Amino acid sequence: MKPLLLTAFTASSCLGRGLGALRASLEAARSGLVPCAFETVELATCVGEVPGVDERPLPGELREFECRNNRLAALGLREDGFDVAVRDAARRHGAHRIGVWLGTSTSGILETELAYRRRDPVSGALPDDFHYYGAHNTFSVAAFARRALGLEGPAVVISSACSSSAKVFASAQRAITAGLVDAAVVGGVDSLCLTTLYGFHSLQLVARTPSRPFDVVRDGLSIGEAAAFALLEGAPDSPPAGSVLLLGAGESSDAWHMSSPHPEGRGASAAMRAALAAARLAPGDIDYINFHGTGTPSNDAAEARAVAGVFGARIPGSSTKGATGHTLGAAGGLEAVVCALALRHGLMPAGVNTRDVDPALGVEYLLENRRAPLRHVLSNSFGFGGSNCSLIFGSAA
Amino acid sequence: MGPGLPDWPAAVEVLAGRAPYQPSATVIQPLQCLPPAERRRTGKVVRLALTVGLEAVARAGADAAQLPAVFSSSGGDGENCHEICQVLAGPERQISPTRFHNSVHNAASGYWGIATGATPAANALCAHDASFAAGLLESLVQLSIDETAVLLIAYDADYPQPMRAVRPIPDAFGVALLLTRAAGPKSLARITVRSGAAAAQTLPDAQLEALRAQVPAARSLPLLQCLARARPGTVAIDYLEEQRVTIEVSPCP
Repeated sequence: MKPLLLTAFTASSCLGRGLGALRASLEAARSGLVPCAFETVELATCVGEVPGVDERPLPGELREFECRNNRLAALGLREDGFDVAVRDAARRHGAHRIGVWLGTSTSGILETELAYRRRDPVSGALPDDFHYYGAHNTFSVAAFARRALGLEGPAVVISSACSSSAKVFASAQRAITAGLVDAAVVGGVDSLCLTTLYGFHSLQLVARTPSRPFDVVRDGLSIGEAAAFALLEGAPDSPPAGSVLLLGAGESSDAWHMSSPHPEGRGASAAMRAALAAARLAPGDIDYINFHGTGTPSNDAAEARAVAGVFGARIPGSSTKGATGHTLGAAGGLEAVVCALALRHGLMPAGVNTRDVDPALGVEYLLENRRAPLRHVLSNSFGFGGSNCSLIFGSAA
Repeated sequence: MGPGLPDWPAAVEVLAGRAPYQPSATVIQPLQCLPPAERRRTGKVVRLALTVGLEAVARAGADAAQLPAVFSSSGGDGENCHEICQVLAGPERQISPTRFHNSVHNAASGYWGIATGATPAANALCAHDASFAAGLLESLVQLSIDETAVLLIAYDADYPQPMRAVRPIPDAFGVALLLTRAAGPKSLARITVRSGAAAAQTLPDAQLEALRAQVPAARSLPLLQCLARARPGTVAIDYLEEQRVTIEVSPCP
């Protein structure tokens, strides 16, 4: 696979806005999960809420996109000069040569949920301020980002539940390799809403207290929201020292069940092996694994089996979902940025909130931050419907 | 599959001008390919996607379990979404677990895997009205890199009220194309795709044109018409905003 440079990247989550806040939180092994006080939700659960999402409405010319998900996207794009980096790439390549591949599972569904409470009492119609294209539709965050960034190239949303914003890296990499575009804005945005909170609750997959991935008493996930972005371009022959590269991507399907993973992690194994093959790396070349690690009994067990099968117990790993929550459609993108920071700063983040690693899982799970120069890291994202994606990032020498 | 177009052979007759187009409500049968429990749980849009996918695979004599797939829909399961939002607007917010896992945009690809045992990668795309063209581009990029065959399934279904009023898709329409890098005995045509500026092809029959304009997956109709006529041609189909995708079609002998 042709390696790509992450020319720029940023992420905003309950750990704060932008890379500075994210890194400080990782260094401090801090969790941003708090008891849920979101909207009118009456569930005993913890969530990862991004501060200040509703502070600023979208600018007037983008008002058709108004919704929490796009406000979160806007906030995310402004951090770390990401939007500036994209405009610079558009000047270099041409606006029509930059594509947008973003993942989401929620899109602006919160606005729809709220609109259903304000239906006309006689006709049942939705209120006039309901925006189908700009808010509800699954494509809306890509349409918004493309417009806000002044881009004119291809655009698409990948919406495959929790693997969405990892798969976008793979699709964009293919499109750059094929010459469809010269650069790509990738990542994902998912925001808190009633559907995911009550939905995961109905599946009994939500923990009451902050999620404890890979813990012997783990009992579910905590839902979070995030906006994460990366700008991918072809890597020069000698990338600048310290730059972060996308080296490999592997995807597969479980073909098993809509909401439970294959118990032996068959699809997960296939995705990890495909990523290694694409990166032309051996399992022993990976220095750190960022697990999908949702904290549900079934995910963590299946993932651990798959990881042990591919890597043995040799590679240290952790899930960062105890710190950020499970940001669903944004998880792949957020955790890609965590991996980029890990490479840049030589920091393997602790599995925050986990206290006693389940010995049955047979992996080396980090309970504390560990510092070491890292060459290659792997990130897993596995979604409902058995959609699996593994990404490998590396550090330029 | 769409209104008055129950399967590919029937659609060929209509699109080639050999039979009149008589629209009637899209009829989608229950799926035999899923175990009974899963079969009960699937909504219209999933049944549509799997039906056209299985038909394309069968016509090509291919093995579904070996095929990477690209699913593309502008809206997913509108009925399911409506039901969930209604429940959430009410006093008891008890969402059925089945409804929730069916609400993911990739539900069709999840059920496809369960039905066919297909473990290669599957994608689930959305580009609003541009969803068919977006699916075509993703599929062709995959073929140009390392895949030898990709199954593209584009599908849309209508929303119940009140969503129907804000997104007036009139009925369900789905299309599946098995795209391969090399020609085989069952290949219909060679296609070459590039971005283009030419206005999207319209269809001479007013009702077929209405279908093309109103159902995003039916933006594929100009391409399907070219395939049905088995004559070389160039068609433009809608993509994003003011952009189009131009497809050159050369029928296989």
